[in-house]
Amino acid sequence: MNAPSEASLLPPHHHVLEYPGGYTRSVGPVVGRFLTGLRDGRIEGVRLADGRVLVPPTEYDPTTSAAVAPQGDHWVTLGPAGRVQAFTWVAQPRRGKHPLDRPFAFALIRPDGADTSMLHAVDCGSPDAIVVGSRVAPRWRAERSGSVNDIEAWVPLGDGEEPDPAPLRVPEQDEQPVTGIVSPVRLEYEINAGEATARYLLGLAQGKIIGGRAPSSDYVYAASRGTDPMTGEPTSIEVEVHDTGVVTTFCVVNIPGLSELAPEIPYASAQILLDGADNTFFGLIRGVPVDEIRMGMRVKARWADELKPDHTSILWWEPTGEPDADYETYKGYL
Amino acid sequence: MRDVAIVSFASSAVPKDAVHNEVEMIVPTVRAAVASSGIPRSEIGFTCSGSLDYLQGGPFAFVMGLDGVGAWPPIRESHVEMDAAWALYEAWVAIQTGEVDSALVYGFGKSSLGDVHEIMTLQTDPYYLAPLWPSMVDMAALQACAYLEASGRGEKDLAAVAARAKGLTVEAVLGQPVTHPPLRDADIFPVTDGTAAVVLAADDLARSVCERPAWIRGIEHRIEAHGLGVRDLTASESTRLAAQAAGVGAGKVDVAELHAQFSHEELILADALGLGEATAINPSGGALASNPIMSAGLIRFGEVAKRIWTGEVDRGVAHATSGPCLQQNMVAVLEGSN
Repeated sequence: MNAPSEASLLPPHHHVLEYPGGYTRSVGPVVGRFLTGLRDGRIEGVRLADGRVLVPPTEYDPTTSAAVAPQGDHWVTLGPAGRVQAFTWVAQPRRGKHPLDRPFAFALIRPDGADTSMLHAVDCGSPDAIVVGSRVAPRWRAERSGSVNDIEAWVPLGDGEEPDPAPLRVPEQDEQPVTGIVSPVRLEYEINAGEATARYLLGLAQGKIIGGRAPSSDYVYAASRGTDPMTGEPTSIEVEVHDTGVVTTFCVVNIPGLSELAPEIPYASAQILLDGADNTFFGLIRGVPVDEIRMGMRVKARWADELKPDHTSILWWEPTGEPDADYETYKGYL
Repeated sequence: MRDVAIVSFASSAVPKDAVHNEVEMIVPTVRAAVASSGIPRSEIGFTCSGSLDYLQGGPFAFVMGLDGVGAWPPIRESHVEMDAAWALYEAWVAIQTGEVDSALVYGFGKSSLGDVHEIMTLQTDPYYLAPLWPSMVDMAALQACAYLEASGRGEKDLAAVAARAKGLTVEAVLGQPVTHPPLRDADIFPVTDGTAAVVLAADDLARSVCERPAWIRGIEHRIEAHGLGVRDLTASESTRLAAQAAGVGAGKVDVAELHAQFSHEELILADALGLGEATAINPSGGALASNPIMSAGLIRFGEVAKRIWTGEVDRGVAHATSGPCLQQNMVAVLEGSN
């Protein structure tokens, strides 16, 4: 491998993993009943066959796997006060994720009447204000939707102090039991490309397409990720390939908004066998009516005015006007 | 049952690899393990890997890992979204079926790309736990709290584990601030990027390529309920049962490599395995010293095997864990004698 590495010249790529609007999950009748109870300002558990009361309830007995029925007199209202079984302190809350934006305790809390405990936040100001055995009670949100976050946090309860009831909420018209939740997920990363991809990306910034091959093989991979995938050998030999090639296969896209590089539909995306490479390369085809695009068509990269070490340096691919390639020359790359 | 042994092992670990991508990290490790196995790559019957797509932040990220092992002509291959110790288990089962005589097992992961403590929240149930975003460390600290309360052990016991793993004095550990009560930084694994690979071989193949193969005499994994408030966090019943099934108690245990990512986990696991003074626990430093996620469990197998090949030990225990607060545990007994 080369040293110093090209990879160190390329800043990491900031990557956000987020599903827009969050995952919508069906909760089923058992979890749904518990969440409906929270929406109503009530903590419910279920009495299992061995007499223990399970909270939060699951669809099955965690010991025997027996099914837990979503209705019946085995459902019992608990607490709402409870005792801390274990705790830790969160000095730096994660904004937008943790229940509170100021330091708090995470605790396993056993509501009165239960034999198991539930994880939640305790808003007690300081790690010195909580011990195993502390009495706590839920502080309910006024706006509740059927989620564990309907309890904003638990708060310490003084000797003989009664828990506050949940603030009344006005049910929506024809309100139904909770059947689903929305789970937003957002994670952020600083991805580094690796040596081979960094060479390729830095090449794009110079208007070049850099590939690589392993010493044991003649196969050149344009945009190598570092190995010959057939053998697992490092593609340690850098090879510049041409910015011209042959469309091996393509697809016409009629859905708007899929690519920032193709604002108008229809357009075509294609696999392109670059001259000098032994693998196909993905690109958009423009500059030609989509009904004239064909397998074997010769194309050339249309480079952006401003070249950068990323995929935006090649805007699209357009016909060269050369005669089509013979099928025999690219059939092995389909 | 067929006799199956670990015949080679390689691994890599750094706090942060800012130069190589995952494929480039896999290559030297896999090549080293294959080369030292003495079995040509093309003759290894099965390939199985363990990794976590969320570490890279992309779906099916594990598929790219195959670019690092050589998959043409098409190979017989599988993957687990778990520590590669579970890939080893799958490979062991594949060899037991008699379909193959050898297997390459590898794991890889870069914990440094994102916030690994937060990424691990996504393995929790999406209704009751994940919406509150308890981090991996938050959950471990709850277990540590419960364990200390029930066992009568204290911060000095945690510090003794941390000090040995990290090459510090107990006083130095106790001098650190308690960041996630009752845990200090020294009680928590360091973020690590890394890889591991082993080659398994059966019967005479193992004997022909390895002077003193590390035979897997017993291997079992058990899982407990997911909810943290449902199970007993102060002990590891799944480890105890897996150890019983794997036959840990049938002989002396010279060495035990435990996949403990937090100080208290080592104490809980040692209790569950019934280990005493005669056993050297985590002479490698364990996952508290270096924790390439998705490889660290497999590394425990490699670290025991290494000591068997050299004759340093005759019998050892390898342990791997998965899930929050030691939810699932694998225990294997490795022996040098034929």
